[in-house]
Amino acid sequence: MLRLIICVFMLGTAAWAVEPDEVLTDPVQEARAREVSTELRCLVCRNENIDSSNAGIAKDLRILVRERITAGDTNEQVIDFVVDRYGEYVLLKPKMSFQNIILWASGPFMLLIGGLIGWRFSRNTKQAEPIALNAKEAKRLKDILDE
Amino acid sequence: MYAELGHLAVVIAFIAAILQSIVPMVGAAKGYAGWMDAAKPAAFVQFGAVAFAFAMLTIAFVTSDFSVKLVASNSHSLKPMLYKVSGVWGNHEGSMLLWILILTFYGALVAFFGKSLPVVLRARVLSIQAMIGVAFLAFLLFTSNPFERLPFPPIDGNDLNPLLQDPGLAFHPPFLYFGYVGLSMTFSFAVAALIQGSVDAAWARWVRPWALLAWITLTIGIALGSWWAYYELGWGGWWFWDPVENASFMPWLISVALLHSAIVVEKRETLKSWTVLLAILGFSFSLIGTFIVRSGVITSVHAFANDPERGVFILAILIVAIGGALTLYAMRANALRSNAAFSFVSRESALVLNNLLLVVATIVVFIGTIWPLVAEIVMGRKLSVGAPFFDLAFTPFMVALAIALPVGAVLPWKRANFKRSAKPMVGVIALSLSIGLLVWSLQTGGRMLAPVGLALAVWVIVGALVDLGTRTRMRQVGLNAGLRRLRNLPRADWGKAVAHIGLGLTIFGVSAITAWEAEDIRVAQIGDRFEVSGYTFQFDNVEKINGKNYTADIGTITASVDDKMVATLRPEKRFYPVQRMPTTEAGIHSRLNRDLYIAFGDQQDGGWTVRTYVKPFAVWIWIGAMVMALGGLLSMSDRRLRIATSQRKVDQ
Repeated sequence: MLRLIICVFMLGTAAWAVEPDEVLTDPVQEARAREVSTELRCLVCRNENIDSSNAGIAKDLRILVRERITAGDTNEQVIDFVVDRYGEYVLLKPKMSFQNIILWASGPFMLLIGGLIGWRFSRNTKQAEPIALNAKEAKRLKDILDE
Repeated sequence: MYAELGHLAVVIAFIAAILQSIVPMVGAAKGYAGWMDAAKPAAFVQFGAVAFAFAMLTIAFVTSDFSVKLVASNSHSLKPMLYKVSGVWGNHEGSMLLWILILTFYGALVAFFGKSLPVVLRARVLSIQAMIGVAFLAFLLFTSNPFERLPFPPIDGNDLNPLLQDPGLAFHPPFLYFGYVGLSMTFSFAVAALIQGSVDAAWARWVRPWALLAWITLTIGIALGSWWAYYELGWGGWWFWDPVENASFMPWLISVALLHSAIVVEKRETLKSWTVLLAILGFSFSLIGTFIVRSGVITSVHAFANDPERGVFILAILIVAIGGALTLYAMRANALRSNAAFSFVSRESALVLNNLLLVVATIVVFIGTIWPLVAEIVMGRKLSVGAPFFDLAFTPFMVALAIALPVGAVLPWKRANFKRSAKPMVGVIALSLSIGLLVWSLQTGGRMLAPVGLALAVWVIVGALVDLGTRTRMRQVGLNAGLRRLRNLPRADWGKAVAHIGLGLTIFGVSAITAWEAEDIRVAQIGDRFEVSGYTFQFDNVEKINGKNYTADIGTITASVDDKMVATLRPEKRFYPVQRMPTTEAGIHSRLNRDLYIAFGDQQDGGWTVRTYVKPFAVWIWIGAMVMALGGLLSMSDRRLRIATSQRKVDQ
């Protein structure tokens, strides 16, 4: 998070995230614009969405998003519009596509595998015989009992 | 002169670390008592030398000796004293020295307090700890020498990045490093256990305090960092899923899992090899975090100067440490027999579920963090993974964890009767659900976040309280006897309840601020009045002031409800001339039920851009974190962990 501000200030643009003159008059449309903005990345910053970025390009994108929304696009259409022009790099949440299958599926997949292993483990140990002491442990037990 | 002495001290520590990593290990293998005992003085020498070096560097910073390169590029004679000191670790080289200082401090602690540890185990632990020391001391000496001199010292320094000149951030790195490095202790214990081929309840009891200490300090460190982001960045965000944040969050998640599985090893002598694996993973993620922050592979812009040579060096350390430990694990894990059986419904199973959710959640964070890198290298695609991904992919695991927690916490060991154990929880479920419904009906639809979050928070908090109540059989024995029993509960039980309550409080704060925040952005002229979420704000004036090393415009804005003044907020816009950098200091008025938050933007049309937020229950995010840390401290102070060692003086 340190970097993102540094990035912002290094760019030297004095603008501050969403500015009053950008805000749409219709609160419903504005809320949608904010929602879309948090999913789009400021292209010149590190890990910062256009909604909170101070960079010039973020401002341009914010205005673009609002133009599309006022023109009647749905949120998805706005995002697709931006991705068509700037590439998938602009998305902070990569598409759930085959190429990103590892990114999206590994969590649920590993949970499933882990759950199965855990379930097997608890079932197997249910009938497990107590394991006999090894030689060292047996000797120690004997030492203790002899004391 | 002292810079050279400091450098010399680092060299001495390096030599001591080399000796300490070889001699006791050989001694332990051959059974030479004298060789094993050598670990102790070596650990003290190592710590003493590094502490001396650190003191020398601090002197250089405090006296503003600009002939030392590090001081010249990171300090300034006009900087306030606190930041001259914190400047020591506000840069790559100095923070690495602090990292090593803490590493050797832990080693010295083991040498000092480890009298009751079996001699062989102690020798091996200290030897492995010293190997980590060798790696990082070499890294410091060969790639990041903090004592480098300048041939032509400048008249004044370059100043510390103004954003780092802040009390929250002054103490953020030391706490984080205590956590990262604390996990090196559990790592050393795990590797030593693998070498000797046995893990038992006593081992778990020796490891637990270190795991707890690491977790507590990580919790505090992460909370400090997030609090700093909240008041310094100017829009009140408190978590960004930034790679650097993830770097500290992954070891935190693993250390939570480790804490819980170590309990199973201690009480039930099962899950041994899994616990050892977690101990290895915890430190591995610390190293990965260090790599992410310092190498610049994943993030190419960072406050710390990035240098490919350093990245390669840390990558080498990482591969040797993680690869070596995991190879050893693969060879020896079978030797760690677990012989206690447990059924599907039992405390053990609940803790396995806890571990599973935490570890998979960690892996999700890890894959999300490195995915842009993988995609670029493997598929040649440039893409981004940010907050919206993590919110969606990570949160379900935490929700599942919170749902399972109160029930899992009351299940008995070995074999539980679910119906009987969960009976006291029925009331809590009803309470949580009705609170969720109430919130949902009050906010008239909208997002499900607030109702679900609040129901979960109530479920976790009240669940922990009910657990305490049933533990003392409060209902059967009456209030007085119950309270007496409550006082006599082991500290570890208190720690458990308090830490779980802390989690519930944080869930509450996070849900409330995310769901109910109100925002207003406007250009305000002096004298303007405006209203946000029931509060009337009056923009009174702006004055210019001169700080010690900055100039600032400070505004005065009064907030009132029904013409009754409730707060005066003083947002600042600072300018640090040396680094030519503006910063914002938000004006914040905190109460338990809400924060009023105002940040200044730029001057515009004769007025100021003013961003005003009303953030309900914001402070609970950090109160929750502190309560969690308090729970950890309570658990750490349990008698069991202190006396357990003296009961088992048996050599293994």
